[in-house]
Amino acid sequence: MTDYKFSTQIKRLSIALIIIGAVGIAFGFYSAPSNVEEAKEIVASMSHGDGHGDSHGGDHGAGHGDGHGEDYGDSHEGDHGAGHGEDYGDSHEGDHGAGHEYDHDKHVFNQLHNKPWAAIYVPALFFMMISLGVLAFYAIQRAAQAGWSIVLYRIMEGITSYLLPGCIFVIIILVFSALKFNHLFIWMDPEVVAHDEIIRNKVGYLNTPFFFARAIVYITGWVLYRNITRRLSLEQDNNNDISIHKKLFRFSAGFLVFFLISESMMSWDWIMSIDPHWFSTLFGWYVFAGMFVSGITTIALITIYLKSQNYLSFVNHSHIHDLGKFMFGVSVFWAYLWFSQFMLIWYSNIPEEVTYFITRIEDYNFLFFGMVVLNLIFPLIVLMNSDFKKTNFIVILTGIVIIIGHYIDVYNMIMPSAVGDMWSFGPGEIGGFLFFLGIFIYVVFKEISKAPILAKGDPYIDESKTYQYYNLD
Amino acid sequence: MSLKRLHVLFDDDDILLDAVKEIVKSKIYIHEVYTPFPVHGLDKAMKLKPTNISIATFIYGCIGFTVSILMINYIMIVDWPQDIGGKPSFSYIENMPSFVPIMFELTVFFAAHLMVITFYLRSKLWPFKEAENPDPSTTDDKFLIDMDSGSNLSKTKSMLKKMGAISIKEVKE
Repeated sequence: MTDYKFSTQIKRLSIALIIIGAVGIAFGFYSAPSNVEEAKEIVASMSHGDGHGDSHGGDHGAGHGDGHGEDYGDSHEGDHGAGHGEDYGDSHEGDHGAGHEYDHDKHVFNQLHNKPWAAIYVPALFFMMISLGVLAFYAIQRAAQAGWSIVLYRIMEGITSYLLPGCIFVIIILVFSALKFNHLFIWMDPEVVAHDEIIRNKVGYLNTPFFFARAIVYITGWVLYRNITRRLSLEQDNNNDISIHKKLFRFSAGFLVFFLISESMMSWDWIMSIDPHWFSTLFGWYVFAGMFVSGITTIALITIYLKSQNYLSFVNHSHIHDLGKFMFGVSVFWAYLWFSQFMLIWYSNIPEEVTYFITRIEDYNFLFFGMVVLNLIFPLIVLMNSDFKKTNFIVILTGIVIIIGHYIDVYNMIMPSAVGDMWSFGPGEIGGFLFFLGIFIYVVFKEISKAPILAKGDPYIDESKTYQYYNLD
Repeated sequence: MSLKRLHVLFDDDDILLDAVKEIVKSKIYIHEVYTPFPVHGLDKAMKLKPTNISIATFIYGCIGFTVSILMINYIMIVDWPQDIGGKPSFSYIENMPSFVPIMFELTVFFAAHLMVITFYLRSKLWPFKEAENPDPSTTDDKFLIDMDSGSNLSKTKSMLKKMGAISIKEVKE
């Protein structure tokens, strides 16, 4: 067993990703319109043949807003309410009914203006949530006093080291939103709130100072737990004192209580509030399942990579098999929550809730249902077989599919409210993903190289090293 | 020289496991091993073929899934596509979300029940079946190997004794 050295290969890869990503992001911002006139030009130059472009190009009256006979108060649609009996009061884009043309252009401008911001917000959230999911997994392993996963603790600790930078990236984007650099969170705009009774009724919760105060509380709690357990875990390496183990257990159990509350509220704040007219009660769980499965998948991918580099001689098929089982089980759990949320809203079809899925099904059809294939059907079929779960190649293949699928999941949560049907996978989106991927890889592998790769002081370490799932050869 | 059959009794599962490995190594056929509880690794030591029941279960699940789809499609879409509370009964896919709970449950139902029935059939278990137990103490705390004696009875016996057998009984074929 040798301790991991931060390889120049990984370093070069991550720096290359960061540079390519930064170029993509810069291009995204460069190509975004800076005023309404430019937005009109961009829309005019867009090919009307391609799926999502044309519903916007022509007569907006035939667009998706009016197709349903009822006005559902769809988030940013400033201009579609005219003439309807029940208007839910989303007049935030200005003059209602009259001045249609102007409203429509302003609306499209806002969407295009949001696009590069949303393109970095999605991967920033996604990678932050991976490391948060791993932190939750780590706390569960500690609190459950699991015997198999001790050999993976250092990898988990490495991944959670991205939590603080990841949260800082998210917070920076949120601060830019609050400073009106973009229009991602419409409730941050006092003009919108003044004309919108629904948001006005939520101002007690959705106001900027309280929003950032909450964010600081979550981040402090998570990072404190992460740093305390990391310090204790390192201390345990040279110390056979059982009291450290007990402390880790108590901190983890306490953290899980805090985590469940803070994670749920985080998902309302950072994700659900992007669409402040909509609400769902199981949203926090849904977001959690997504981050949990992508976190576990990341653990598996990094473990298999490090094992292939001969750093993890003590990790055997049974550990990979267990990670495969978690990937399988939590993928199904994610799909259960996805379906429960979708089906309950689809079934009852209450206008104020169903808009969320109408925009997704109409404008994001392929992505919205495609991600179910990636996140449920593919892992379900491939990882069902016990022999496949212990095969590195298959776990990696499924892992990459799951990671892409859950990136699309976050994309589906953010984009429809931010850019509507103006979405695409351009340089901005791909660059954003690569940029944060590069930072993630750099931070994680740097942290793994800082400590012995085996948490050797843990009382369960021998059990974990010799762990054998009895049914495997 | 006639082959004999032996019933060898052990009182510890670790000793049993070692003995089974030894017997398999000396190429003596084991008919059956009776234990009061599952002994991890016994099937591997006896070189038994892994079970295929999980594959059968998967197939049963697929059958249940198909049955549920055919049934719901016929009843709700083909036979009498009534408007019930505004649900779109025009095609299967349009009303699919409301069928998923039944599709799921029938898949699980078929997979679980047919798997259990397969297990009963394959292991020949049913009510009023005559118990095939050579020694009732194997349901309590003893372990029994039902084996051939091998070509040399006394050699086999002394080997078993050395391995910790508490009793060796010769039985008629």
